[in-house]
Amino acid sequence: MADISQQLQEQVLLARDAGHKLNIVGGGTKSFMGRTADADAGTLNTGEHTGVVEYHPVELVLTVRAGTSLAEIEATLAEHGQCLHFEPPRFGEGSTIGGTLACNLSGPARPWSGSVRDQVLGVRLLNGKGEHLRFGGQVMKNVAGYDVSRLQAGAMGTLGVITEISLKVMPKPAASMTLVQEMDQVDCIRYMNSRAVEPKPITAACWVDGKVYLRLSGARSAVEATAAKWSGEVLEQGDEFWRQIQHLQHDFFAGDAPLWRLSVSSVAANPDLKGPWLIDWAGSQRWYRGEQELGRMEALAKAAGGQASLFRGGDRNGEVMNHQPEALKGIQRRLKNAFDPDNIFNPGRLYSWL
Amino acid sequence: MTTKPKVSKAALAEQFRGFIDPDYVITDDETLKPYECDGLAMYCEMPMLVVLPETVEQVQRVMRICSEYGVPVVARGAGTGLCAGAMPHKEGVVLSLAKFNRILKIDPLERTARLQPGVRNLAISEEAAQFGLYYGPDPSSQIACTIGGNVAENSGGVHCLKYGLTVHNLLSVELITMEGERITIGSDGLDACGMDLLALITGSEGLLGVVTEVKVKLLPKPEVAQVVMAGFDSIEKAGDAVGGIIEHGIIPGGLEMMDSHAIVAADDFAQAGYPREAKALLLCEVDGTEEEVHEHIAEAEEVFRKLGATSVRTSQSEEERALLWKGRKSAFPAVGRISPDYYCMDGTIPRRQLARVLLEMEKMSDEYGLRVANVFHAGDGNLHPLILFDANVPGEFERTEEFGGRILELCVEVGGCITGEHGVGVEKIRQMAVQFNDEELQQFHDVKAAFDPAGILNPGKGVPTLRFCQEYRSLEHKHEHTEADHG
Repeated sequence: MADISQQLQEQVLLARDAGHKLNIVGGGTKSFMGRTADADAGTLNTGEHTGVVEYHPVELVLTVRAGTSLAEIEATLAEHGQCLHFEPPRFGEGSTIGGTLACNLSGPARPWSGSVRDQVLGVRLLNGKGEHLRFGGQVMKNVAGYDVSRLQAGAMGTLGVITEISLKVMPKPAASMTLVQEMDQVDCIRYMNSRAVEPKPITAACWVDGKVYLRLSGARSAVEATAAKWSGEVLEQGDEFWRQIQHLQHDFFAGDAPLWRLSVSSVAANPDLKGPWLIDWAGSQRWYRGEQELGRMEALAKAAGGQASLFRGGDRNGEVMNHQPEALKGIQRRLKNAFDPDNIFNPGRLYSWL
Repeated sequence: MTTKPKVSKAALAEQFRGFIDPDYVITDDETLKPYECDGLAMYCEMPMLVVLPETVEQVQRVMRICSEYGVPVVARGAGTGLCAGAMPHKEGVVLSLAKFNRILKIDPLERTARLQPGVRNLAISEEAAQFGLYYGPDPSSQIACTIGGNVAENSGGVHCLKYGLTVHNLLSVELITMEGERITIGSDGLDACGMDLLALITGSEGLLGVVTEVKVKLLPKPEVAQVVMAGFDSIEKAGDAVGGIIEHGIIPGGLEMMDSHAIVAADDFAQAGYPREAKALLLCEVDGTEEEVHEHIAEAEEVFRKLGATSVRTSQSEEERALLWKGRKSAFPAVGRISPDYYCMDGTIPRRQLARVLLEMEKMSDEYGLRVANVFHAGDGNLHPLILFDANVPGEFERTEEFGGRILELCVEVGGCITGEHGVGVEKIRQMAVQFNDEELQQFHDVKAAFDPAGILNPGKGVPTLRFCQEYRSLEHKHEHTEADHG
């Protein structure tokens, strides 16, 4: 538990003066994500910048240093019956909240509880000029200035070093139950979406291996009453199943085959592509395993109203994220320049051109 | 930033009339007059001209022409905003999106609506109701305000704690850049690759682009909603009761607090049966399935009683629920009845600071000789003090404004912010210098330049110039508690 923001700031200023690049590393559990890190860049280690800065359970707001591990945060919240509602995946014990925001990672509850970006209320950020800036705050509603805090979600550290994050936290649901039934891949799309239209306490919906899994959570009476009305068997090890989905530990994710992620319309028919699929977020997030070209996956995602990325494995020297149209490329390049004019942070990690 | 047009009004109007229905290129003072202000009528300015395009291509052409000549553009929806964010520029064009008022598609299974920006907020929920769905954010002006304006201001409402703000309920927007390029930000998926531009656009007050289409998420209408009303003999107790509810693990759909001035005014207006002797009133709405509401309402009643409520009443029917809300929802017009004018502020504070903030506000109220009534989105910490004044008394508005400014600075001092949902616009541009330091403000200017290097989109709003800030911070009227708190 230490505040090393001053050292981080000094390192950024030194790199700037020397014309060096920096790869930002927190817990080091997401090195497989994005494009291959620049081998010539130095390392800026935020993993020691840890600790809860402020936590008022009654306010539902937590402020932590960015290098704090998800494990520590969740343990702290659990003492007060609260949790990170967006169920962030951990790819190792060291996974930090800073990396989670930079990569915009959220778990099975995301369509109902929102993403990590949705829960962010404010950040402190070291920009490429070494200025330690504060955006947003510790309150739920705040429209003073541009939303620089949420802009960091998915930026993969290209805009600056997130040093501190304020997040909305929520009470843990009192009860939770999972229903499972056999269903084919075509029918599950309509089924999961039509369940989501009902005003019931659904908090996760996933299809894998010919079975559809729905999770209900909330007040015990509501969970039990809904479970009694809906079809499907109660899955005894429900929490364990969702834990595996959340942390990408389910058998589907095992092995070295490239892992593709398609973020698409929840109701789109699944792409006509042979191979293993896992459909999460009631259809909004689709995982595929296998050797494919990014262009082909993008085309399939586009037909389904969304975008594709090569999440893990495959060729990570080429692009791994859905291509950006020229106008958006221009905006993102100019934003990069606005925050990091000397191109110090995570060069080429998100896109080759950024 | 250059704001001096290189083109005359007549020449510009003629260019626009080449591709926009000439009736909708407005140049005469009489027809321009209604556009001189938004919902904050104290700030007005006559625009050079107003255009009401009907197609996206026309919007693109307007933008290209204005870019070419460096003519400022101010986009406008219904003009209900409360921060002068849509106040015209005297040498600029007001780009009204009023004709973009169609709901393009509601997809009940996907639970989404595709909308033109001029669609009214409430119209979305009305149209979605046939599918058992609704649109979450419900600002008080929802009868009139448009979704395009909601995106610009990141509008909230009374249900934010549970259902989020506009930013949490968007999938994508179509944006016209200052160069006239048409781009889509976001997708039909829940996220898109790269930095989160959708979040950056939301709440950017029309400074980064003009929104021409919006896709929003819809929510299933809860089976039941019930409201518990609790009266308290002190603000502190009511504040503790709010904490008690949250600590109990209940996230109410709405959680509102009113102080004694607001209680009496609202009850006179709505005859809602509020406890008029109470110092603070809480309205706690629980929604969800029948079972869940039943369980949580019983718990909420118990929490309130245990924490010293002097009265507790739970709605037993939809009519009673509507009546209890009617008082709160009409609090602004109700206050309008007891004073010739009122000025609505919009600060957000950590809830635990409520008692302190209200106490200090009372002191200031005495100091300025101006009454203040408070309604508070207690669930999310958004405070709306209503300062009562009379614009016909010389100098009274100026005092009101100064009082309001001090309230916002107090919000910053206790760890909150100067605007929860109304935006900065022109109105709160002074207080931006208290909320942010120069480096942060410069970063905002750099963000703006990434979209609009010439600075012609809604100029003079949202982010103050650094020179202005230095002057403001050194002004003599500043008080000991307004030091910017930046560690």
